[in-house]
Amino acid sequence: MDFEVIIEYFPRLLQGAVTTIELVIISGIIGSLLALPIGLARHSHRWWLKAIPYAYIFFFRGTPLLVQIFLVYYGIAQFESIRESSLWPYLREPYWCAIIAFSLNTAAYTAEILRGALGAVPRGEVEAAKSIGMRKVQLYKRIMLPRALGMIMPAYGNEVILMLKGSALASTITLLDLTGMARTIIARTYTPIEIFLAAGVIYLLMSMAIIQLFRYLEMRSNRHMEVAR
Amino acid sequence: MFDLQGFGDQLLEGATVTIELALASLVVGLILGTLAAVARLSDNRIAQKVATLYSTVIRGIPELLTVLIIYFGTATLLMAIARQFGYDEYIEIGPFTAGVIALGLTFGAYASEVLRGAIIAIPKGQREAGLSIGMSPMKIFFRITLPQVWKLALPGLGNLFLVLLKDTALVSVVGLHDIMMKTREAVSYSKDPFLFYSAAAFLYLSLTIVSMVFIHYMEKRTNRWGGQA
Repeated sequence: MDFEVIIEYFPRLLQGAVTTIELVIISGIIGSLLALPIGLARHSHRWWLKAIPYAYIFFFRGTPLLVQIFLVYYGIAQFESIRESSLWPYLREPYWCAIIAFSLNTAAYTAEILRGALGAVPRGEVEAAKSIGMRKVQLYKRIMLPRALGMIMPAYGNEVILMLKGSALASTITLLDLTGMARTIIARTYTPIEIFLAAGVIYLLMSMAIIQLFRYLEMRSNRHMEVAR
Repeated sequence: MFDLQGFGDQLLEGATVTIELALASLVVGLILGTLAAVARLSDNRIAQKVATLYSTVIRGIPELLTVLIIYFGTATLLMAIARQFGYDEYIEIGPFTAGVIALGLTFGAYASEVLRGAIIAIPKGQREAGLSIGMSPMKIFFRITLPQVWKLALPGLGNLFLVLLKDTALVSVVGLHDIMMKTREAVSYSKDPFLFYSAAAFLYLSLTIVSMVFIHYMEKRTNRWGGQA
């Protein structure tokens, strides 16, 4: 083990870690915004409203993230109409392709988590809301979603950790995230054990930070339960 | 329907490699997972610590990083050891071996949590009953605990296998000729990335569906004698 290599290249690794965090946060936000309508549609009783989100979720959960990234990065660029569109400056950047793939992927997993939570809202609460004359929109906005939000926190925390780990795949489309940076450094220094282990430790610390954050969020969004207990 | 330009059989060949890798990693992972679960529940402090460390570290770092560490790290480590014994040749472990070790380690870490939960769920009285009729702890584990653990853990392990199946795609990064690698070769020849990555996605989806059907069948089979564990 050569610790000097780790110390020398540590700032570069941290630089990579910043890109990783950016990827996770941006795709996390876009993904959860997408997950909201998908999860709600998936929770619907109408079959035609359920079918499309079902197919979407099935595709994104049933195929490897690597395939999804390559489909976005290499696959979409193939079409003339895309290359001539105004979105092309974004779609040719690996950074945005990674974000698109990660967002679509995490949206599928999050929507499924949301559906589970919506289904678990106690029947009595829904009936109570209906009996005092709440409309559907009010019911979802005031009862279903806030309740579901408190329930999804542990599962969503796991999903964010999976996203953090999945973000390492950005290195396969030349992005210099933490893994990509580690691979670049190793190509120069040829010290795979040291640099990969250092990167592993940084990932581990980020995972632990996420676990702590979601423990806190879970406590916060279930504040009202404290009294009942 | 789709013109795969003669690459169809290549993709299927890749699919066999993917299936072989998934099954081999499953075996390694189940053994590691069982060992880690038993270690976590044993009275031995050191065994507990080692097993906890193993599952925390592996679950906290990206699977891609695990694959890279095993692929590049193990060779470097083996060479360093071999040099101590005066062997100076270049040592390399193949991508398949590295993949089996890395994915087995990952599966084992998650499986240990599932198995631990299942072992805890088995009533203590059964173990005491076994002891009272003079069975050795080893015999109790294999004859009483393990058959029931299998039944309780099957749904969790099934989900983990679906994750494992998708993670096999990562091993293509270190050069395994699985579905992903064969697809990449087809793309570089045909310049038709969208078609071929879609074909790869379709292959993975089919494998997922087959596995889901099989897992469902196994769950039905293990529950055929009904009752609770």
